[in-house]
Amino acid sequence: MKIAVLSGKGGTGKTLVSVNLAAAATQSIYIDCDVEEPNGHLFFKPIEIVEEEITIKMPVVDHKLCDGCRKCVDFCKFNALAYIKDQLIVFEEVCHSCGGCMLLCPQQALTEQEKVIGCVRSGTSENTVVHTGILNTGEATGIPIIKRLLEDPKEGSTLQTFIDCPPGSACIVMESIKDADYCVLVAEPTLFGVHNLNMVYELVRIFNKPFGVVLNKCLEGENPAEIFCLEKGIKILGKIPYNQELGKINSNAEIAVRVDERYKSLFGTLLETVMKEVAYETASHSKW
Amino acid sequence: MKIVIPVDENNRDTSVCISFGRTPYFWMHDTETKEDTFLVNEAAESRGGAGIKAAQTIVDHKIDVLLTPRCGENAAEVLKAGDTKIYKTTQETARENIDAYLSGKLSELHEIHAGFHGHGEN
Repeated sequence: MKIAVLSGKGGTGKTLVSVNLAAAATQSIYIDCDVEEPNGHLFFKPIEIVEEEITIKMPVVDHKLCDGCRKCVDFCKFNALAYIKDQLIVFEEVCHSCGGCMLLCPQQALTEQEKVIGCVRSGTSENTVVHTGILNTGEATGIPIIKRLLEDPKEGSTLQTFIDCPPGSACIVMESIKDADYCVLVAEPTLFGVHNLNMVYELVRIFNKPFGVVLNKCLEGENPAEIFCLEKGIKILGKIPYNQELGKINSNAEIAVRVDERYKSLFGTLLETVMKEVAYETASHSKW
Repeated sequence: MKIVIPVDENNRDTSVCISFGRTPYFWMHDTETKEDTFLVNEAAESRGGAGIKAAQTIVDHKIDVLLTPRCGENAAEVLKAGDTKIYKTTQETARENIDAYLSGKLSELHEIHAGFHGHGEN
């Protein structure tokens, strides 16, 4: 059971929601796909860490073998290769590691070389197995790391799994929600928040994912994100108040569910609601 | 000597295109023969690396000088390897820029931007 937590921008509370949902579950898996700046581990402080390097395959040219036929240059849809003054140039940050150029080269002048782009760190924190994806600074894309993170975990798919997505609605988010059974969208009570909510709302609809919204930072008075949900007929899964205490717990890198009974109950209820929705959606919208 | 400039339209009154890699056309001007050629930029439709592909085309046409408002780092690397010099445009129309270059009023482009790699795509 995979539940992806996403939002149109950073700072809405994806990590707050996914970390606390994972901590509220009896036994769970938390996967941090926000590989550019993963921070779920700061809350979980997992122990017994195992690290795995993530590599991609880059083409390397043997200039002695290359005869300048340019088949690779013409083939590359990403234009990662140029042939200038009898020399082939590879632009690593543009390359998508498809391997096509290496297959195509009649001279076998292109071979693949592994390049480390980051790692996956796995550990445990009480009832939760924590997987963190880390992309090295300067690397172009974290998608290979996310693919590795979301390969069927050895803990088994029966465990409740919470995927903390990167912000936004680009490819890296699509990769993170691709295999999710349910999507939780986190929204702020501002007009800007509605704009960002709309981005991920459109995304999950394109992907035909069942979803609901968590309204975070709720204040007294009108909530534009709530109005948006009511107008569109979107299921509101729960509301988290805007409150200094929760802010303090969070900024001390503590997990609210583990240190405060009220939040244990708030996120416990939210978890139940989410699970009910997931069960309902998988039963009624089953593809099979 | 051959000069090239990214342009919005394929005529001699055209404005300069603000993008090098994704410009719709290139205006090539041969200073010796005074010949003008408008080239469709096939790189414009690329999913990525448009600057690299556009620069490859420029180098393949043995262009000596590129006049452009800006240029990304990958394109600049290809152009440098191909010995194509880059000058910064200062005028709105392409013709004014070619004239300005020929009378020595343009200077070399030094601010190479980091590019927009993968934005909205990755």
